[in-house]
Amino acid sequence: MIHKYDEKIALDIIHQVGAKPEMLVQILRAFVVKFSYISESAIRLIAKELNLSRAEIHGTVSFYHDFRTTKAGETVIKICQAEACQAMGSRQLTAHAEKVLGVKLHGTSENNAYSLEPIYCLGNCACSPAVMIDEKVYGKVDTKKFNQIVGFKE
Amino acid sequence: MNTSTKIFIPRDTASISMGGDEVAIKIEEIAQKEKKEVTIIRNGSWGMSWLEPLIEIEIEGHRVAYGPISETDVIDLFEADFLKGGSHPLKLGNTNDIAYLKNQQRWTFRRCGLIDPASIEDYIKNRGFSGLEIALQKGSSHILKELEKSGLRGRGGAGFPTAIKWQTVTNAEGDQKYIACNADEGDSGTFSDRILMESDPLALIEGMTIAGLTVGANKGYIYLRSEYPIAHEILASAIKTAKEHNWLGKDIQASGFDFEIDIHIGGGSYVCGEETAMLESLEGKAGMIRFKPPLPALEGLFGKPTVVNNVVTLASVPDIIDQGGSAYSAYGVNRSKGTLAFQLSGNVKQGGLVEIAFGITLRELIEKWGGGTASGKPVYAVQVGGPLGAYFPNSLLDTPLDYEAFAAKDGMVGHGGVVVFDDTADMAIQARFAMEFCSIESCGKCTPCRIGSIRGVEVIDRIINNENREKNMDLLNDLCETMIDGSLCAMGGMTPFPVKSALQYFPEDFKPEIK
Ligand SMILES: Cc1cc2nc3c(=O)[nH]c(=O)nc-3n(C[C@H](O)[C@H](O)[C@H](O)COP(=O)(O)O)c2cc1C
Ligand code: SF4
Repeated sequence: MIHKYDEKIALDIIHQVGAKPEMLVQILRAFVVKFSYISESAIRLIAKELNLSRAEIHGTVSFYHDFRTTKAGETVIKICQAEACQAMGSRQLTAHAEKVLGVKLHGTSENNAYSLEPIYCLGNCACSPAVMIDEKVYGKVDTKKFNQIVGFKE
Repeated sequence: MNTSTKIFIPRDTASISMGGDEVAIKIEEIAQKEKKEVTIIRNGSWGMSWLEPLIEIEIEGHRVAYGPISETDVIDLFEADFLKGGSHPLKLGNTNDIAYLKNQQRWTFRRCGLIDPASIEDYIKNRGFSGLEIALQKGSSHILKELEKSGLRGRGGAGFPTAIKWQTVTNAEGDQKYIACNADEGDSGTFSDRILMESDPLALIEGMTIAGLTVGANKGYIYLRSEYPIAHEILASAIKTAKEHNWLGKDIQASGFDFEIDIHIGGGSYVCGEETAMLESLEGKAGMIRFKPPLPALEGLFGKPTVVNNVVTLASVPDIIDQGGSAYSAYGVNRSKGTLAFQLSGNVKQGGLVEIAFGITLRELIEKWGGGTASGKPVYAVQVGGPLGAYFPNSLLDTPLDYEAFAAKDGMVGHGGVVVFDDTADMAIQARFAMEFCSIESCGKCTPCRIGSIRGVEVIDRIINNENREKNMDLLNDLCETMIDGSLCAMGGMTPFPVKSALQYFPEDFKPEIK
């Protein structure tokens, strides 16, 4: 369940994971899991607790693909764009998804219902194309299966 | 007497992605309704991914397999009396007799599918921890000797001899040393680390503990990619169980040796699979590649001597200690000793994991195990070794899978991923993707990689659009050479390999007027 950003929860996370600079990547990960993104206030708080500059945190946040800085849609759909899935039609699947969801890859739909993201390998390559919705992986996703799995999530 | 029938339903990602959880629920539901006593065990995967969910019934000590099963097949299976091994179109016979599995040479993956990954009893019953027991008794020099005899080389991609790496860390001075397990498995078409962690997590824990004992490290990290939530859950619980049973933690089995393991999750970056970038990430920073030297073995995590090894490398060690190094080196050819868990994927009929001795040809693997393409069309191109590996045409499929034989053809065995494409693939588009992927994943430290890859995409676009073809072809070749010569790591240094192979073997795809 995604939470609205809350400073008290954020502080708890930092101290639970460990308020040390070496835990920064793990803290950012925990923030994304909890709040779906890293906000400016989150960066300010982490900088203060870890005794790092905000620029340092920004540098780390921008390096990693997982650490988004804008709020994600309620459902995050990630379609694998790597070679094994390409060989089984992930490009066509992505085009289909963009059409039915009305959102481009990397984008979030206007009603904030969906974010559509590329992902490079889910390790489900023998059942390609693979899709991840929130934390669940689906295999052999053709356009029909895509509609079905996205449909029941609505 | 216990009349409950044991049913095995894998809990690995492939099985769950194909409805394994729903099948388990449905079986439970119908069994209850029909008053049949069943015990469902969520085992690991045998690696026959195309048959997932592959369910098994234990009958008089044998396991009878059915698959692939969907939720809607379950009623049918009950009607066919599958609990007694009844016949059904999806019945596969005894698991042990399935040719795909039977013809493999399982070493590192021998427990995968067989056991319940959550059960330490299952693990021990199948010779789990016997390697560590010997290691605890005989100590570091014995382990290093067996490892050297085994000929084991790193399974993460570079194929560096594991014994030499461990010896270096053993000899290094340091008040603190570390074991860092690389579970970033970023190559497309690879999933052997995942299958091992989801199906036999204690083997990795045992391997890391032996590594710690050998080199004198009492702290280990597993750097796990964020794309593997199920592996995370299973590993975390295995670490907890191992601690409860004193196979991890303080004074392991009253030996006086302490070893702890923490899991760190990555941030979705491919380049963080490179060992020095991984160490930066483990230190909480952006995954920028470090200059080498110093080697991580001497100055690794937090500047301390560190063993960095891939999951499969580490998990192969316990049996090498248990069975002896020469038992392992009896498999394989030339300088490629032992087995490799190849992973067949992409446009292939029977995708999955095939652990077999080095030396088998790519063609045998694709035809005998893979059963050809999923589409039924001809095999057109095969990429081995992940996104930095060359694309091989049909004429190179008889190359034996051997590190040096592949390198001699500008290819790479790497982590053993084999991705098959049929003749609908457009290799100009695949070459473009190689450059694009590099531009997305480059750590940014060197210009040939950071800028070169962006130029690479543009130049290929111009070639595809037939603009100034000759000039742009020359430009692309020059660009490839610059990236190979001027990049700090293999990200920029090997991205040209898939590109150059596409140009060399599939020139017609770069000439739209012919197509
Ligand atoms: C761009 C890049 C990505 C890599 N990704 C991985 C990876 O995901 N997993 C891995 O084990 N090794 C990966 N490697 C290789 C590691 O740098 C390193 O060689 C390996 O972890 C050492 O362990 P081994 O000797 O057991 O193979 C990668 C290398 C490069 C250049
Ligand atoms: S080759 Fe690319 S990924 Fe490697 S160090 Fe240079 S910029 Fe970074």
